[in-house]
Amino acid sequence: MAEKEYAYYSGCSLEGTAKEYDTSLRLVMKTLGVKLAEIPDWSCCGSTPAHTVDHVFAAALAARNLAIIEKMNTHTVTVPCPSCLTVLKKAHIGMTTDESFKNEVNALLDEPYEGKVTAKSSLQVIYEDIGLEAIADRVTHALPDLKVVAYYGCILNRPPDIAQFDDPENPVAMDKVISALGIEVLDYAFKTECCGAAFGVPKRAMVNELTHKILSMAIDVGANCIAVACPLCQQNLDLRQEQVNQTMGSSFNIPVLYFTQIMGLAYGYSPDDLEMDKLVVGADHLIRSRIPVEEYRKMKEAEAAAAKKPAKAKEMKEEPKETAKAEEN
Amino acid sequence: MDTINLSNKIDWEFIEQVKEESGQNPSLCYQCGNCTAGCPYTNYFDYPVSMVMRLLQAGQKDTILNSKAIWLCATCETCTTRCPCEIDVAHIMDTLRIIARREGKVSEKDIKLFYDSFLDSVKQFGRIYEVGTLLMYNLRSGHFLADADLGPKVLTRGKIHFFPTKIKGSDKVAQIFERFQKKAKRHG
Repeated sequence: MAEKEYAYYSGCSLEGTAKEYDTSLRLVMKTLGVKLAEIPDWSCCGSTPAHTVDHVFAAALAARNLAIIEKMNTHTVTVPCPSCLTVLKKAHIGMTTDESFKNEVNALLDEPYEGKVTAKSSLQVIYEDIGLEAIADRVTHALPDLKVVAYYGCILNRPPDIAQFDDPENPVAMDKVISALGIEVLDYAFKTECCGAAFGVPKRAMVNELTHKILSMAIDVGANCIAVACPLCQQNLDLRQEQVNQTMGSSFNIPVLYFTQIMGLAYGYSPDDLEMDKLVVGADHLIRSRIPVEEYRKMKEAEAAAAKKPAKAKEMKEEPKETAKAEEN
Repeated sequence: MDTINLSNKIDWEFIEQVKEESGQNPSLCYQCGNCTAGCPYTNYFDYPVSMVMRLLQAGQKDTILNSKAIWLCATCETCTTRCPCEIDVAHIMDTLRIIARREGKVSEKDIKLFYDSFLDSVKQFGRIYEVGTLLMYNLRSGHFLADADLGPKVLTRGKIHFFPTKIKGSDKVAQIFERFQKKAKRHG
């Protein structure tokens, strides 16, 4: 595979509370033959807070970065954080469709932005530019115990005119990526329900109620793991899970992994490499059964062969699987 | 929820201001309620988002700018995604919040304080310093122990830095703030 190159806008969260997203994404991109070029001296996109001040000001904080990327070799930037992504894309779309808006924004900047940058979420790059076949080709390990629901959060795919990726009501990219790894993915109705976003600090009770719904639905469909692509979703669902239990009287203990950590596990990276120890709700019990795909295939073949034996099948009609497992042991 | 007195004078100027600043046409809204049906925050709003749209059509400036709804909106974009009239409702909510801030009408002071603490970090360091932002919020809001239970969780996992990273161009970022503030002053 020819090496693809993207500018990489990690965003502030991935330097702090979402460090494991950054680490696992870099490893996965390396495995997939994608080069991530650092953006020199990037600054904060402004996120939600800047949008409460002024549209031009908010766009300027984002466009400072777009102007830097414009000077790089590649004009396509990949952004893991949906909040950063939306802000960068909104600034870009505003500035390329409205000349006077562009001039107003550029008046706040040292270096003007001319509108040449394309921003894509890291999930979009993996799903569309790399593709499911290449994703599946790199798999070295099976994770038979994982039952995953993919939780996209509110703005990774919305609004459709800004996101320009996947479906705004029933996105499937993350489901398909994880399925391509050979991991079981369950249907999930709350893929795009909002987790409470940045209100975790000032409106904690509200966020705890909203995340409670998302966690409950995951349990109800039989999942034992939630895959996410957003640092804020991960924080609200994982770091605040104990708060949810305390305020809502629940007893959730479900790990919330970045989809890149799940990919990394299937690509054979160790839990340490993927900084799994940074999760508040640990996933060790789900990862313990991880085995090389070749061994897993043999195990499955043996199971199937054992189940087919006619004499056994007659005797143990009710529980053919248990027979297979017993024989292996 | 209060009874809304629609005999209050329609503020046509306000309607025009929102139209111009948001680039949206609120009169396209025919009150189907799809936005409210999907809004995850509607339980917490004093006025559901479809009612904010109706109040806007009726030019009820004070009721809107003093509402909690405009501050409790998280811009999750569900309303915008589902509006059959293709109104960017979330952008209108964004615009209303901006106007409220400009006019010093902030019904949800803690939310604004949190946003301000965030932006102060951006201005000072060029990036977000999570610990500083939280501590600054705790000090200003008087909620000294907000999220203190999370401290040990993030500390033991090495999820936070004890010192902020200051980017080389932090002065350039600060200049964006300063230029904007100068411009805002000029325009009153």
